[in-house]
Amino acid sequence: MVVDAGALEAGLPGRRARLRLSGLLWQRPWLKALGLLTLPLAAFAIVYLGALAVLFISSFWTVSSFTATVEHTWTLANYRQIFDTSQPYLQIAGRTLGIAAAVTVTDAILAFPLAYFMARLAGKRMRAVLFVMVLLPLWSSYLVRIYAWQTILAHGGAINWGLDKLGLPDQNLAYTNTAMWIVFSYVWLPFMVLPVYAALERIPDSYLEASADLGASGWKTLRSVILPLALPGLVAGSIFTFALTLGDYITPLLVGGTSSQLIGIVVYNFMQEANAPFAAAYATIPMAIVGVYLLLARRLGAFEAL
Amino acid sequence: MRRIHKRPRASVVAVSVVTAALAVAVSGCGGGGGGGGGTSATTSTTIGKGEGSLNVIEWPLYTDKSFAKAFEQKTGCTIHRKDAGTSNQMFALMHGNGGGGGGQYDLVSASGDASLRLINAGDVQPVDINQIPSWKDFLPQFKSPSHNTVDGKHYGVSVQWGPNTLIYNTQNVNPAPAGWDEIYGSKYKGKLTVPNNPIQIADAALYLMQTKPSLGIKDPYELTKDQLTAASQLLMSQKPLLKRYWNYAADEITSFKNGDVWMGAGWPYQTLALQADKQPIKEIVPLPTTGWADTWMLAAKAPHPNCALKWMQYVTTPKVEAQQALVFGETPVNPLACPYMDKLQKGSCAAYHLNQPASYYSKIKFWKTPVPQCGWNNSSDCMDYNAWVQAWTKITG
Repeated sequence: MVVDAGALEAGLPGRRARLRLSGLLWQRPWLKALGLLTLPLAAFAIVYLGALAVLFISSFWTVSSFTATVEHTWTLANYRQIFDTSQPYLQIAGRTLGIAAAVTVTDAILAFPLAYFMARLAGKRMRAVLFVMVLLPLWSSYLVRIYAWQTILAHGGAINWGLDKLGLPDQNLAYTNTAMWIVFSYVWLPFMVLPVYAALERIPDSYLEASADLGASGWKTLRSVILPLALPGLVAGSIFTFALTLGDYITPLLVGGTSSQLIGIVVYNFMQEANAPFAAAYATIPMAIVGVYLLLARRLGAFEAL
Repeated sequence: MRRIHKRPRASVVAVSVVTAALAVAVSGCGGGGGGGGGTSATTSTTIGKGEGSLNVIEWPLYTDKSFAKAFEQKTGCTIHRKDAGTSNQMFALMHGNGGGGGGQYDLVSASGDASLRLINAGDVQPVDINQIPSWKDFLPQFKSPSHNTVDGKHYGVSVQWGPNTLIYNTQNVNPAPAGWDEIYGSKYKGKLTVPNNPIQIADAALYLMQTKPSLGIKDPYELTKDQLTAASQLLMSQKPLLKRYWNYAADEITSFKNGDVWMGAGWPYQTLALQADKQPIKEIVPLPTTGWADTWMLAAKAPHPNCALKWMQYVTTPKVEAQQALVFGETPVNPLACPYMDKLQKGSCAAYHLNQPASYYSKIKFWKTPVPQCGWNNSSDCMDYNAWVQAWTKITG
């Protein structure tokens, strides 16, 4: 750098400092990274990881039933209770897992043709319209949409009204696990459509042409070319639908029936009873499940599709 | 764990003071004022100057502007409200931030299933009951109830109460139900609902007191291990009969309105809201029954204790008791409110059972937090609230 240091010092001390700083950053890229990342990383570490650590640690404490104060003695009592088969907690975890899996499969089946149409067949305008339709529900309150489903599924609601008109018998859908499955599938559908769309859109046309040139039928192309390439998108979407269902407590509270306790409700209830340690212990179950799921998803290339 | 989610219909909220011209029959409404240890050396006005502010954790409408405004103007204490939806939420708010209301809250309108927990946790402090002049007029049951008075110390002042009622749809339930056995029988299978609340175990225990005396249940809130198991089993057998467990009052209202539910346990609040909505809904109060009673409790670290005491004084006066009762759909603890209720809404004193003889109130078993100490056999064999929560989780899981 050929700079007249004396002139700068005399006239523009601020500029000189800036130049030195930028020179320093240019020479040492790690400093630049540090400067950019310190704040967000600190926030991530303290707010997110810190909270998780506190959660995990407190799961080894207990609460005095008389004064409702946390007793800081290390014990596995909470976990023992969760894994005690005479208690309902394993069954509830199993039910939660089952519903989450059912919702994920349902959303994958519903999202794939829609995303395929949007990515490869629809014209520009049609695609925009479909995008808005997929995203529109996300712009209204989640709670409002669940309450809307409550009335749709109700005994005198839209579904039974339609069945009546068709001369079919009434269905008792309200407040059942089926209702929960339907509503979950509805609310998380956009989270599946978008990553699948992104994955499908990235498939170059030439691949499909090559497949056809080599004599593959449409069905064969779908199975051997499109689906493998769309798989990361499906897995990425399933992370959302699966993890969101695993932790939700509002949907089961509002549309669930008498055997619809999910992990989220139990955690919520125990927090409300001021028994945070047990809630923390139970909350580690879905976190462990999601952790395993994320590892699997990474192997399937889901993170490249996000 | 009362869960409230929604304001009642405007028509429930009685506002007309215009009907004041109506003749007021005071007779028959003043019962119960004489009992109890009313101190004569009272009307102490030793409460100091208001601090200008009052922070409350409340059931929605418990400091409704229709009656709180006059208080604010008179005392200069501006009310800041934190609405709670459940008893547990109230407890968590009071107990959080180091407890005792965290130095932020002054008052909490705790129901009987939370009040003992707050007392045991040291989150609330005793008040000098002589500073609440209306207290001596209260129905005897609400002067020193065990859910807010421990060792003769009053951790607040009772304010309103209500019975748990059996609500039914008159079109579908015919003939009208007679008692609680309807929600344990299969006649209306799949059309029943009960609250999603561990304290519901007491309802089952109370029912077993009548139907299975061999269990030896003396108090539905003081259950031994075997008695709790028996109550849980009854609730397990009830589960397949239910459409759902309702969480918020508004959820039960919706279920009745949609026709998903024909009969269920609830409060007068839901009945009034449904009737105001022209639904074919009625309720009965099968006796004995469980009920709830709310207490304004003083936070242990209340930053504005003078305003808090002034509010306790104000809200228990007959006229304000009547106003609050009709705003929310509940019953005053001060029977002198009766003529004011009738003035606001004709016949409401009787409709809310404030004109009943003392024997009526003794048949309502008011919520209280289950603790290990059994009053009836002087032991510590009873199951505590945690055990109830566990049992309830098992039933509904």
